[in-house]
Amino acid sequence: MNIDRRLFGMLKEERTPFILSLIAGSFAAGMLILQAWYLSRIIDGAFMRKSPIASLLPLIGLFALFSLLRMLLSWLSHTEANRGTLKIRKTLFGQLSSKIGELGPLFTRSVQSGRLSTTLIKGVEALDAYFSQYIPQIFFALFTPVLILCAVFPGDWISGAILLGTAPLIPLFMILIGKSASAMTQKQWKTMSRMSGYFLDVLQGLPTLKLFAQSKMQRQMIEESGESFRHATLRVLKIAFLSSLTLELVGTLGTAFIAVGIGLRIMKGGIAFQPALFVLLLTPDFYLPLRQLGIKFHAGMEGGSASKEIFDILEQPGDPHERPTPGRAEEPFGHHPIVFKDLSYTYPGADRPALEGINAEILPGRTTALIGPSGSGKSTLLNLLLRFQKPESGAVTISGRSIHHIPLEVWHKNISWVPQHPTMFNTSLKENILLARPDASKEALETAIRLTGLTAFVASLPEGIETLIGEQGARLSGGEAQRVALARAFLKNAPLLVLDEPTSHTDPELEDALRSSITELMKGRTTVIIAHRLETIRSADRIMVISEGKITGCGTHEELLNEGGFYLEALRLQQEMVA
Amino acid sequence: MKTFIRLSSLVRPYFWWMALAALIGFATTGSSIGLLMTSAYIIAKAALLPPMGALQLGIVGVRFFGLARGVLRYAERLVSHSTTFKILAKLRLWFYDAIEPLAPARLMHFRSGDLLQRVVDDIQSLENIYTRVLAPPVTALLVAVLMWFLVGALSLPAALSVLSFHLLAGIGVPLLSAQLSRGVAVGIMEQKTAQQLLALDLFQGVGELQIYGKIGAHLDALRMTEEKKLRLQRKSAIVEGLQESLTGVLMNGAVIAILWVMVPSVATGGVSGISLAIITLAVMASFEPFLPLPGAIKHLEADTHAGRRLFEILDAQPETKAPEKPVPFPEEHSIRVETLTFSYPESPSKTLDQLSFSVPQGEHIAIVGPSGAGKSTLTSLFMRFWNPSEGDILIGERSITLFDPEELRRNIALVSQRTYLFAQTIRQNLLLARPLATDEELQRALEAAGLGSFREKLDEWTGQHGMLLSGGERQRIAIARVLLQEAPLVILDEATANLDGVTEREVNETLDTVTKGKTLIAITHRLSAMERYDSIIVIDRGAIVEEGRHEDLMRLNGLYRRMWDLQHGDAHA
Repeated sequence: MNIDRRLFGMLKEERTPFILSLIAGSFAAGMLILQAWYLSRIIDGAFMRKSPIASLLPLIGLFALFSLLRMLLSWLSHTEANRGTLKIRKTLFGQLSSKIGELGPLFTRSVQSGRLSTTLIKGVEALDAYFSQYIPQIFFALFTPVLILCAVFPGDWISGAILLGTAPLIPLFMILIGKSASAMTQKQWKTMSRMSGYFLDVLQGLPTLKLFAQSKMQRQMIEESGESFRHATLRVLKIAFLSSLTLELVGTLGTAFIAVGIGLRIMKGGIAFQPALFVLLLTPDFYLPLRQLGIKFHAGMEGGSASKEIFDILEQPGDPHERPTPGRAEEPFGHHPIVFKDLSYTYPGADRPALEGINAEILPGRTTALIGPSGSGKSTLLNLLLRFQKPESGAVTISGRSIHHIPLEVWHKNISWVPQHPTMFNTSLKENILLARPDASKEALETAIRLTGLTAFVASLPEGIETLIGEQGARLSGGEAQRVALARAFLKNAPLLVLDEPTSHTDPELEDALRSSITELMKGRTTVIIAHRLETIRSADRIMVISEGKITGCGTHEELLNEGGFYLEALRLQQEMVA
Repeated sequence: MKTFIRLSSLVRPYFWWMALAALIGFATTGSSIGLLMTSAYIIAKAALLPPMGALQLGIVGVRFFGLARGVLRYAERLVSHSTTFKILAKLRLWFYDAIEPLAPARLMHFRSGDLLQRVVDDIQSLENIYTRVLAPPVTALLVAVLMWFLVGALSLPAALSVLSFHLLAGIGVPLLSAQLSRGVAVGIMEQKTAQQLLALDLFQGVGELQIYGKIGAHLDALRMTEEKKLRLQRKSAIVEGLQESLTGVLMNGAVIAILWVMVPSVATGGVSGISLAIITLAVMASFEPFLPLPGAIKHLEADTHAGRRLFEILDAQPETKAPEKPVPFPEEHSIRVETLTFSYPESPSKTLDQLSFSVPQGEHIAIVGPSGAGKSTLTSLFMRFWNPSEGDILIGERSITLFDPEELRRNIALVSQRTYLFAQTIRQNLLLARPLATDEELQRALEAAGLGSFREKLDEWTGQHGMLLSGGERQRIAIARVLLQEAPLVILDEATANLDGVTEREVNETLDTVTKGKTLIAITHRLSAMERYDSIIVIDRGAIVEEGRHEDLMRLNGLYRRMWDLQHGDAHA
């Protein structure tokens, strides 16, 4: 019945509200039967016995009481199921967001961001209907009809038998038609979402369409594709809706059948009016929960498929970091060399390792430049150092201890990082820079801005440093973003510095001006830098040449020049990358 | 309210479809009422022990209503879905029509596509305006009217009491639940937007957040929005449950009222007992269409919010209007730029400041300068995506404002840094430039653009944003488009900036051959093979600082020379 094992596990964790919901709902079903009983007695009294209203008052009072109780109980059932569901959603959202935070940039970059946010926000929400409606309905679809049967059988076993005989038709039809229908419904939703994806593509490409003076033509295509999608979808729905038609018919024709049956038996004296009316009143309510299960089945399906994507993320190989071992009170990260020992890494699905048997030493307080063509493994090495990924074999150690044994926060606290495409968060420019040190003084902030050549840029913004940047704010060029990242590094003042060609998007004019600032930043810090520009490479204390995942040379510029042609070749390749 | 009226006017063309769907919806509920009424009739009549034939009418009735209910429900779902799709298609067209003149100036804020996705979602959510907002009150109203006549035929006081309960369920409960959940739907939408932005920051900046020890705080903020959203949704669920229960209580209240009014008349023989049974069951069935009414108010609130956001985007003046009597595009293709000045809205500084230069027909010039110098703004002004704050651009000595913007754009081929490819086939992406081109023409263009290997791949899909192609391939597709477009003027806006050195050289060589004889402006900050340009204009901070041929500029020893040395000095070291 489409109960996902993992989802059921979550349900068990929060069982109290759900159990309460089921109990309240069950009592509400009992009240329903009592209500029908008293209503049939009232009408019987008025109709058959011509009783005056005064003698019926106690019955009416009871009817009113039970109907009030029933409504309260079903309200309770509804809100309790909702309470449990929201608890599950909260837990799941928390777990999922933590997991994404833990998996880090390598993971988020491997998935389209639109899809991730769909899973995180819409996916978790899609589970709502699954827990709050579908799961309880499975219970009520069994419980309520059985309860009604128990009430009907003693008075009128023939109608009871008819109900019992027709009830299984509903699940049967649901299974028979439901499978193909739900496959079709899914196909329909896929088509619909593709249509919306197409529309998004058109909107994003609108400037391009205008460039080719094709935007008016596109209108016609949107119109036509809308029409053809409608026709295609309706063709599917015509069949998909047949399932609900059948369910509906079982319910209504069942009611008709029972009405005619008991009508005839009343005439033959087989049953009195009051029990007959009682049965008739209950008949629609007998089929209702079964029919509702059919409706909520879709919600269940949707939740099931959403949960698949959620658990795919949650079940990614767990914590990428080993258990931390206790360290000294003050870790002197700036004074020890970082050693790569037999470091290897292969990306899943790749046919050759990205890094293979890397053995090297990063000297403390000095600058080490990594050079090599793109795809040679430089970025992988940096990611290992930043602990965005974990070595497959071998280790990165500092003062004899694997960095993966240092608590992650402690390690990260000691690193400044300037990536090639830094992220600008959706806050003000000031907050973006202060990310590195929220309590920095005004002077420190101003110095960081000045050293990174951002002063003129800040002045050009409509609200200066308070201007909103990021997704909803002002646009920063690649070079400006890199300088903001540099400003963060200045503020953070960490002993280890990891730079990924920090001026790759800066034009030469400005780069020249920045170089002295960067040199200043690197002074006394252990720096690893992926370098493209010859100037950067030459000024490094040590250069590591990486090629196809291996270190092919290591030394100063002069030493490497003396060592032979491979270095010049590497430089030449490097130069072509940047011109 | 204003937003709602504007939204309803959008769906007005489908009035008759909606009316039909509402009518069938009414007939569906009518059948359930009929089914219960005839069922009650059968057993009540039977209890009086009439001759056998007396039940015949009732038996036919239950069968009819039993079948009708199912079939009508089926028809209603089909018609209302079809109407919904029509409305959605119409909404998309409407939005497209409205946004087209505003692009790209007003679309500038939607850079990642995720926010634009939200706009698309907003449009999608409006499709429900019929099924969830407009249809339920109509059906409920019709059912109330039907019951008025049915009950009124027997007893006016009974009809009045049913009507008052219908009014309570139809107006009182929705108003109460709207009061209780005021702002909840909008609040949920706002939390979702906040969440979307935080999630986006998390996905893109998880590395920075880890390094700066902010991951915990960021996740907390994200969870906070989720908690706020959940609290609002809890409130909305409680109110929803309450209104459902209230409607149920009102239904039973109506039953009691009917009994109260009619039982005495049954005792005195004023009303037949059969009618009492029939009416009681009819009243019970008549409350079904009242259940979705409070939901309608909630959806109305959400739809109005979505509508307001859309109107906010659309209620802007287009940057460019086509002239009423456009001048035909000239045969002569020289370019003259006169005291061109431009600043972006809300920016205090001038992006371009008093720029003047000219390009004789058939000449190739380069515009160089540090990034942020305003070079790319020039392209937008040429294409009339923006209008200058001051000054003018002339082609063939005529201001470009005199041409039809579409004709202007057809006559200027642009290759920019990032080529947008649609998630369609290669053929469709090429046909943009010349809609009626034959396959052979497309293949020739691909060949000339250095994509001979794509000759047989016209039907291949380019992937989302053309991501299945490499950067070099995408730029070459752009070149093939230039070839197909056959425009006399060409602008290269950092056309090769994203390519690696080897590819850059190859692409540049191809570009040189295919643009021979055309008037060309190349915008770049990378100085390579600059000798090929007839003239080079150096811009810094929006103004021209140097101008001349490569050798002259080198001799000048100014900004150009410094840029050149910085980029090439290294290589000679």
